[in-house]
Amino acid sequence: MSGTTTEPADVAARAVRPAGEKDKPVLSEGKKAERKLGLMLVAPAAIVMIAVTAWPIIYSVWLSLQRYDLKFPDRTEFVGLDNYVTVLTSEYWWNAVWVTVVLTVVSVVIELVLGMALALIMHRTLVGRGIVRTSTLIPYGIVTVVAAFSWRYAWTPQTGYLAEIVASGDPVLTQKIPALMVVVLAEVWKTTPFMALLLMAGLALVPDDLLRAASMDGANAWQRFAKVMLPIMKPAILVALLFRTLDAFRIFDNLFVLTAGSQGTSSVSMLTYNNLIRGLNLGIGSTMSVLIFIMVAVIAFVFIKLFGTAAPGSDDGGKR
Amino acid sequence: MRDADRSGRCRTPRRRMAAALGAALVAAPLVTACGASDDGITINVYKYPQESFQSIVDRCNEVAGGRYDIVYHKLPREADAQREQMVRRLAAGDTGMDVMGMDVTWTAELAEAGWIREFTGDAKSQVEAGTLQTPLDTARYEGKLYGAPDNTNVQLLWYRGDLVPTPPATWDEMIEMGEELRAKGQPGLIEATGKQYEGLVVMFNTLVASSGGTILDVNGTKAIVDDGVVRALETLQTFATSDVVDPSFSNAAEDDARLAMEAGNAAFMLNWPYVYAAAQEKPEFAKNLKWAPYPSTGDGDSRVTVGGINYGVSAYSEHPDESFDAVTCLRNAENQKLQALKDGVPPTIEAVYDEPEMAETYPMKDAIIETLKTASVRPRTPAYQNVSTVISTILSPPASIDPRATADRLRSELQEALDSKGVLP
Repeated sequence: MSGTTTEPADVAARAVRPAGEKDKPVLSEGKKAERKLGLMLVAPAAIVMIAVTAWPIIYSVWLSLQRYDLKFPDRTEFVGLDNYVTVLTSEYWWNAVWVTVVLTVVSVVIELVLGMALALIMHRTLVGRGIVRTSTLIPYGIVTVVAAFSWRYAWTPQTGYLAEIVASGDPVLTQKIPALMVVVLAEVWKTTPFMALLLMAGLALVPDDLLRAASMDGANAWQRFAKVMLPIMKPAILVALLFRTLDAFRIFDNLFVLTAGSQGTSSVSMLTYNNLIRGLNLGIGSTMSVLIFIMVAVIAFVFIKLFGTAAPGSDDGGKR
Repeated sequence: MRDADRSGRCRTPRRRMAAALGAALVAAPLVTACGASDDGITINVYKYPQESFQSIVDRCNEVAGGRYDIVYHKLPREADAQREQMVRRLAAGDTGMDVMGMDVTWTAELAEAGWIREFTGDAKSQVEAGTLQTPLDTARYEGKLYGAPDNTNVQLLWYRGDLVPTPPATWDEMIEMGEELRAKGQPGLIEATGKQYEGLVVMFNTLVASSGGTILDVNGTKAIVDDGVVRALETLQTFATSDVVDPSFSNAAEDDARLAMEAGNAAFMLNWPYVYAAAQEKPEFAKNLKWAPYPSTGDGDSRVTVGGINYGVSAYSEHPDESFDAVTCLRNAENQKLQALKDGVPPTIEAVYDEPEMAETYPMKDAIIETLKTASVRPRTPAYQNVSTVISTILSPPASIDPRATADRLRSELQEALDSKGVLP
């Protein structure tokens, strides 16, 4: 988030620099004034970003260092890192971390494969392109909670069609592994279209000439896909993966409706909600929020620095 | 050409409209926040969705004669969601909420947080007059009265009169009878609420109190979990692993148990009195549905967990006097009778049970009063929500209980929950 706050200023500063000049430019009076004006113009946006993102983050870090339970307002005190010790030694927390990681990895991998297939179909469709694209996107247009409810009813014994057909009347949502499988299914069904959309944008970057040249050279369909299309699409794929991973890591709504975190199916967000909103324990809850923030930041860092994903919105990102 | 012209002209008004819409969106909460303030005093009551409650509110508004105007705000249906919404308002110091319908288990939490007002003087004596003792107990915390009991509830043993001539008095007898019925090829299952939620805690608390056990100490600060709890866990585990337990016991809430009984799979069911009213839709089944006091665990009488709703007055209310006045009206004998007959919720004022109309809709009223006299209250602690979550998590599924080990785990995790140190599952 903090990356976005400084970015407009960065762009503005770069804009006043003459093109092609690499050394630190000596700015004329006019340019200085221009730069000052630029900074002042982005200031309101920067201040708003600080107010709505930076301050809440700082405040939760501060809360996480306190014993602060709304049920016991008299016992509020500064406890340093005690809350972190409590959370990091709790088996509920680690179970939630594992559940979240497994859900994220499994659903994102399935989404990538299916999304790629869908993207190819949408890209290649010659007849009824509009209808194909629209119908593909329908699941993404449905509110997650509504979709989750329909999944839940479908998996409820006696009334649900899936429970009767697939699970022969077993209450699948009451056992950990089957319940998680249902959650993955709901997630994949819901967000594959989003993945496909991002990948389709990547497919549009692949020049037809290149594919034709490759087939002239004797490359078969698989080789054209793996050796020509994928390398060109790499930036788009990485951005899609980054978006989906960050999103999937914070999974809440599907789980909330489908299992409400029972039988050890809580994700980290679910657990945080239970402690913060339900349990009114601001200290422990904020500690978890901060830990989630750190984990999400690490994921973004790994994607951007290690895999070389272009940071979303940066100058040269994804447009090559 | 004309089209382009028109679109050009339209642009300004459209943009202006968007701006106006944006402004309206921003202003909307402000408008609603100060709505309904036509010089009179408004008492905002937040209560679960109850069919006849609006007519009770109308009655009380008439009685108030313009001194105040009660407005009924419906909360969500589930207890957790109700608590969540009220607690969020309280944490934010909302002055727009005056009276709350509180679950009997929330008294300690809201009182300790300083979110509800104590009943004193006139209001207190009016609430205490003629009210049954156990429901009144649920409204007390540290010797002070924080709530006015509206309705109460206790579970009874429901059984099939056509299969079981005399109801069992103990759990052992009940399990044995069920096994005999099953051996004869008749429905002999026992239905109860074993899902991982409050219903399991209610059942567990009944078993613990009946076995003479203690979960928390009197102040609600220390986890005791004594031998009585171990005996209760033994009973629960024996039942959950017996042949007469419904296979979906570990996933059954009140309604699941009721439906299974109505479907004819079971001979016994432990459930709230609403099942009687619900059964009337199936006359064939209803004529055989009989009731008896909850079976004991063998150590004396059963002590059934009490449920129900108390009214509380928010600490942030700007009209406390009128709120207390409204509460006394909302829960008076006449209105309790109305909701008992219309909504099927047992009254908390003893005299209401003697009203002639009660005998028809409440044939089991004697069993209810009898049970209420020895009823038990769930652990009284500000951290009840945590305690309940820990209990239902550790006891799930009941078939996997290992009495000694489970008791030890309960003791240590409950203590952490009480100290608000542990992580909630």
